[in-house]
Amino acid sequence: MTAVIETTGLGKQYGRKWALRDCALAIPGGHVVGLVGPNGAGKTTLLHMAVGLVTPTCGTIRVLGEPPAAGPALLERVGFVAQDTPVYPRMSVGGHLRFGAWLNPDWDSGLARRRIEQVGLDPRQRAGSLSGGERAQLALTLALAKRPELLVLDEPVASLDPLARRDFLRALMEAVAEHGLSVVLSSHLVGDLERVCDYLVVLVASRVRLAGEVAALRASHYRLSGPRRDPGTLPASQEIIEESHTDKQSTFLVRTDGPVHDPAWTVTPVGLEDLVLAYMSRADDAAARRPRLGVVS
Amino acid sequence: MIRFSWVQFRVQAAVAAVALAAFAVILAATGPHLFHLYDTSGVATCQARADCVSLASSLVSRIPGFYTTMYFLGTGILFAVPLLIGAFWGAPLITREFETGTVRLAWTQGVTRGRWLTAKLAVVGLGAMATAGLFSLLLTWWAGPLDTATALKENNSITFIRLGFVLFATRDITPIGYAAFAFALGVTAGILIRRTIPAMAVTLAVFAAVQIAWPVWVRAHLITPAQTVVALTAADTANLAQGPGNTVMVNPPSLPRLSGSWILNFRTIEGAGHAFNVATVPACVARNANVGVCQAALGPLHLRDVIAYQPASRFWAFQWYETGIFVALAVALAGFCCWWIQRRRLS
Amino acid sequence: MIEFQLDETSGVATYLQLVQQVHQALRLGMLEPGEQLPTAQQVVARLAINPNTVLKAYRDLEREGLVRARPGRGTFVTGSLPRTDPDTQARYLEAMTDWLRSARAAGLCPDDIEAIYRTAFRACFAEGAA
Repeated sequence: MTAVIETTGLGKQYGRKWALRDCALAIPGGHVVGLVGPNGAGKTTLLHMAVGLVTPTCGTIRVLGEPPAAGPALLERVGFVAQDTPVYPRMSVGGHLRFGAWLNPDWDSGLARRRIEQVGLDPRQRAGSLSGGERAQLALTLALAKRPELLVLDEPVASLDPLARRDFLRALMEAVAEHGLSVVLSSHLVGDLERVCDYLVVLVASRVRLAGEVAALRASHYRLSGPRRDPGTLPASQEIIEESHTDKQSTFLVRTDGPVHDPAWTVTPVGLEDLVLAYMSRADDAAARRPRLGVVS
Repeated sequence: MIRFSWVQFRVQAAVAAVALAAFAVILAATGPHLFHLYDTSGVATCQARADCVSLASSLVSRIPGFYTTMYFLGTGILFAVPLLIGAFWGAPLITREFETGTVRLAWTQGVTRGRWLTAKLAVVGLGAMATAGLFSLLLTWWAGPLDTATALKENNSITFIRLGFVLFATRDITPIGYAAFAFALGVTAGILIRRTIPAMAVTLAVFAAVQIAWPVWVRAHLITPAQTVVALTAADTANLAQGPGNTVMVNPPSLPRLSGSWILNFRTIEGAGHAFNVATVPACVARNANVGVCQAALGPLHLRDVIAYQPASRFWAFQWYETGIFVALAVALAGFCCWWIQRRRLS
Repeated sequence: MIEFQLDETSGVATYLQLVQQVHQALRLGMLEPGEQLPTAQQVVARLAINPNTVLKAYRDLEREGLVRARPGRGTFVTGSLPRTDPDTQARYLEAMTDWLRSARAAGLCPDDIEAIYRTAFRACFAEGAA
């Protein structure tokens, strides 16, 4: 499968601070990719570079094989829903659809109208008076109706109530089912991921910590729990992601390619949410070097 | 993109249309009476200079106060229109999209940034020029007679002649150029500064500075000034004035052939052509010098004034040059903006 | 037609839950050969999950020989779960009950018994992912 977004050594510096650093990704097409990380991790920076709103400081990025926003043709093939779903407040919903039609040569106005009707928006209503969920649906419609190959969304559901969030994700997944487009979706909420994403990128403190297919990640991570053990005694093939100890018991979250044979362990699978949190806190600890809860030395 | 730019511009265009309509209504209502007063005053057909001045003065004193207020207000409006266009149409054009974040929506559609900006510049820029042009058209038509009469009455002082600072900038076609320039200036400030209020302030400051410095530094020299030499009579020498440094000059008399011309500078020379130095005439520099004795002493010196001026006949040449230059500046700024926005990204 | 549910708290992968629900339906007779499974679009509209998940589940079921995808028409049930015959089940139930009784007589408490059972079960069926 060809990569929809490919980066090598990508970085962006603002003043002295690096918003993104050493980013090397090859995000495959035909997937719904979740870009997860805490606020300020660099997700928005990465996505803005992918759609051509920001220029990298170093490294390269290619979207659908070309430099971002290389020309009108590429702009047409990539749809973007920005954070907080910006709309023109004084323009009506119908006006936004006309805006889309005027600015995008391959605009599917039938699709746009159907979606607006389905969501229940009044074409005459001003976009400024829409609720957060309705605005998100409008922004999604604008991005989908230009029939992109790749849809990039920056925290589209962060400020929505649970029902609006579910509706939005449902609409997005229906569009994926219908049109087969690739999606890259960033979020600082880990909960919705498992339903929706089949490829995951974890970004913490401006670096990529984890990237891979969800099925492969689940298959290669286990939680091992058993009598108290020194981490050094684990085989080298088992990479420790997270560990916690009491005086009698040790629990490890490991990444390994082979099966776990040691009978002393109780081996349980790791849920996606726990997996992501483990990687996020591992990066955090490395940065802060602070003692973790539960460690009794 | 053109259609969308028009949609975004609609409200501002409506405001301009309403203002223009109100302006037109007031001027149309008062115009005929004003023209009637002028036609019956005899100013148009007067020949002798002294006659004209007195007829003009009497006409001006007969004009009702409301009309005089409208006259000054109208001129003030024409000064303000390009400024307001620069601040309220130019500066927010792009900064509003930055501040509300809609630039992230606009720049991820199927048009390049260059086309996006060009369309906005074209639609609003042309609107700006049309607005200024219409305001100027209305005022020039209405104020014509009053302009002529006032210039005569005030003896062609620089403030009231067509080539002068006030009328040149607020009549005929120059407001069109100024509006285009102010607009482009506003957009440029907005693109570089990215916040509306600071961009508006910078636009106002720069535009005002240009308008103040321009007439003396640039306009005066756009066409090489003409020169004329005026022989000074005894009566003229009574009109002494302080010149640059500590020199004394003789103010040139008002001449019919210089009527309406823009006097740039003059110097007084004596006999052989040297600059007149009053220190060589003891009768004039003595502590309690007598005017009559001084004048008698100046007579044999054959004083003359060498005047550099722009003739009134060059009025339209100046109008076209000025408008052309400002429109060219506007286009250059617009080009810079398009280049800048393609090159630089959001950050 | 079967309607899928999703239990987000169970920790079981989504596609596996779909597979298990099809197995369950087949076992209980709610799904019969020839019936159509919901299309990916229908499942997505109801559950708001990734359509690839549905396709993956259906592919797994196809590998198990339980369903068949007909391009352009949908996915249809072709097989049924091997039902062990009731006599075999009864025999093993009896053996299990005997074993439990003897374990209890030996002094093992229910939790011990459960731990032993789980270890043996795991070793026998060698669970990999999830």
